[in-house]
Amino acid sequence: MLSLTVNGKTIKVDIAPDTPILWVLRDALGMTGTKFGCGIALCGACTVHLDGAAIRSCVTPVSAAAGKKITTIEAMSAGKVGKAVQAAWIKHDVPQCGYCQSGQIMSATALLAGNAKPSDADIDAAMSGNLCRCGTYNQIRAAIHDAAAHLKA
Amino acid sequence: MNAAFRPSRRNFLKTTALAGGGLTIGFVLPAASRLAQAATEFKPNAYLRIAPDNRITVMCGLSEMGQGVLTAIPMLVAEELDADWTRVRVEQAGVDRAFNNPIFGMQATGGSTSVRGHWEPMRKAGAAAREMLVAAAAATWKADPADCRTEKGMVIHKSGKKLSYGKLAAKAAGQPVPEKPTLKDPKSFKILGRGLRRLDTPAKVNGSAKFGLDVRLPGMLIAVMARPPVPGGKAASVDDSKAKAIQGVRQVIQLPQGVAVLADGYWQAKQGRDALEIKWDDGPNGGLSSAGVTKMLTDATTQEGKVGRNEGDVGAASAAKALEAVYEAPYLAHACMEPMNCTAWVKPDGVEIWVGTQSQGPSQGILSQVASVDPGKVKVNTMYLGGGFGRRFAPDFTIDATLLSKMSGKPVKLVYTREDDMRAYFYRPASVTRFRGGLDAGGKPVSFSARVASPSIMAGSGFMEIPPNGVDSLAVEGVEDLPYDIPNLRVEYARQEPGVQVWFWRSVGHSQNIFFSESFVDEMAHAAGQDPYEFRRDLLGKQPRYKGALELAAQKAGWGRPLPKGVHRGIAVAQSFGSYVAEVAEVSVGSDGQVKVHRVVAAVDCGRTVNPTIIQRQIESAIVFGLTAALYGKITFKDGKVEQGNFDSYPMLRMSEMPKVEVHIVPSTEAPSGIGEPGLPAAAPAVTNAIFAATGKRIRRLPIDPTELKKA
Repeated sequence: MLSLTVNGKTIKVDIAPDTPILWVLRDALGMTGTKFGCGIALCGACTVHLDGAAIRSCVTPVSAAAGKKITTIEAMSAGKVGKAVQAAWIKHDVPQCGYCQSGQIMSATALLAGNAKPSDADIDAAMSGNLCRCGTYNQIRAAIHDAAAHLKA
Repeated sequence: MNAAFRPSRRNFLKTTALAGGGLTIGFVLPAASRLAQAATEFKPNAYLRIAPDNRITVMCGLSEMGQGVLTAIPMLVAEELDADWTRVRVEQAGVDRAFNNPIFGMQATGGSTSVRGHWEPMRKAGAAAREMLVAAAAATWKADPADCRTEKGMVIHKSGKKLSYGKLAAKAAGQPVPEKPTLKDPKSFKILGRGLRRLDTPAKVNGSAKFGLDVRLPGMLIAVMARPPVPGGKAASVDDSKAKAIQGVRQVIQLPQGVAVLADGYWQAKQGRDALEIKWDDGPNGGLSSAGVTKMLTDATTQEGKVGRNEGDVGAASAAKALEAVYEAPYLAHACMEPMNCTAWVKPDGVEIWVGTQSQGPSQGILSQVASVDPGKVKVNTMYLGGGFGRRFAPDFTIDATLLSKMSGKPVKLVYTREDDMRAYFYRPASVTRFRGGLDAGGKPVSFSARVASPSIMAGSGFMEIPPNGVDSLAVEGVEDLPYDIPNLRVEYARQEPGVQVWFWRSVGHSQNIFFSESFVDEMAHAAGQDPYEFRRDLLGKQPRYKGALELAAQKAGWGRPLPKGVHRGIAVAQSFGSYVAEVAEVSVGSDGQVKVHRVVAAVDCGRTVNPTIIQRQIESAIVFGLTAALYGKITFKDGKVEQGNFDSYPMLRMSEMPKVEVHIVPSTEAPSGIGEPGLPAAAPAVTNAIFAATGKRIRRLPIDPTELKKA
């Protein structure tokens, strides 16, 4: 039995400790907002926060989360930054197919939590690990700037 | 997928009173199916429900894969209904002939057909309901319907009396259905033509949107499959003892297409799959190589092909200057962000699947055969699609999931790993085209000929046939319909089958053929010593919509005006799926040969606009898709095996490489045409034509190879 903290709740799961966090969330806990895209940390669809830092849950074994806090897309509206990012995503109507957007929002929220006014170069650096096959990058960029402005106001 | 839209002659309407006193209305379109879609029992069906609490629900039988159909279809209905848009919701419909795509004659989404196919039927559904609501109100007030108008979900009498649609719903259901509902004059549109927000956005920003991969059923097993590493291969022997020893692995099942490991979760299933020890029989394609494919196709362009278009006499045309060039494009994978998957449950009394599919209708017929049940017993639940791009038109994942459920006796979710997804074939065809062009002494083109060599999508699709002239129109589209005014013109198709399943890929034949033809036309322009924009424009005198898009793109991009040092422009224009798109790319090439795309300015004529914001986003999306293909995209074979597997070997454009994009819409009163695909074809040639302007080097093979552009 592993004890995990997911979105503020303590959860016990009976699972092999080398299982990636992604599959603990999706298959064991039924939290499907976090997506599977590549399995080797190349696309960012699986991004969650581990103690506030954006990580790729598809390659992070659940044992690495012991004693740490996992936060997923399902809890983004509970935080000030996550809420602002989601509102900006809605305002700019960012998603198309939407599959990568949980990961995009998790990366964007981690960026803004540590950098209140990211430059375009900061956005490039923080967001280039998140692929979007629909090509919504310009809308993502605009939404991040907008969320930053909103949080500052 | 360019079948002409034939409006159904005998649409008829059915209405039923809902248990809750609401109004449902639906047009039942006749199934003019050219495909093998099994007939189903007629069931009264609804595009529209109006609840007593004024909620309006539009049922959509098309698949949402990012193109915005779950917003555009409700907009069509709501406009003619005079609905209060804030009360309009949309639901995904099941499979029913009522939801057949009028262009395909089957329930399927693709070919950029959704809005152009449903433009009229969905508006009629709204208009008929509106007339019935007016009749119900007039009857209530004992008034003349002509004295009533509608606005935002209310019927309003000239005296000022009002009744909401919700209050009128039950009574409206009893009204006769108008046979020919009157459609609005577009000048009075209030909803259509506005960039309204998408209805699916909120669910896509909080993780609640359910994609196929998110389906969970009680007792479900997850399957991951080992497939032959060479197309057409099969398992000669299987040792599954190590796989079965992994905790959580429940069953190993061999199918004709491969060996599946079924487990409690994906991770266990994948570990089990990786632990299988399989000896593969490679079959006839063990020697397949990309060099061999290139040679096969290139050789074919030296032989005479089947003639698709022949005007004047290219052989007799006398030219002062002759050009010849050979262009090549590789196989490409769709690489949808959501890997292919399907959840199937074969029960004693039927089959139910949950899947992101573009082809619900055909799936019903196919799976009824797979599971040996009546087509009416196959229920398809369409989930959100994490990208489609044509890939999700294919039935491989639905068939295998259904077989695995049937054989295991459990609900099964079959999941492709990223590598499985990329190596499952269904590729955009590799293609080689040889062009010859002739210019007169004044630089005017007198002849143009093209010989296209590629495998046939039509022949391999399982539901289409190559026409009697032997020319697969999907293989030559974008070359065969060259719009330029050239007196002697000939296009031939030389079919070659290297042995790989080919498939529809966003914009299909145009995806490579516009790169070919718009590059070669650029070569002709430079050979004539003319400006590439002016050269095209002069040859488009008989093509006002091409010309209109070209002129708008050039004007908005500032064609001819100075650019920052090192930045150069290229231009290209294309028609596909009824829409005309011109693009100007601003590009620089580093001394290391690396290509940077700074900005793309696009102009699109897609007829009347339903939602201009979605139009702009779709064009931008398709440009990114086209840039990814131009800069990186290739699926290659060595010893029969695909060399790419994940995003390291099959890269995508990333945030840091994203150019600025501007999309301008040509005002039009034509009927709407396609929008999901038409932005793609012009992207690659706009970029490579800019590379020529920057370096003097002509890119004739995709993807662009920076080593060819490196400064010596």
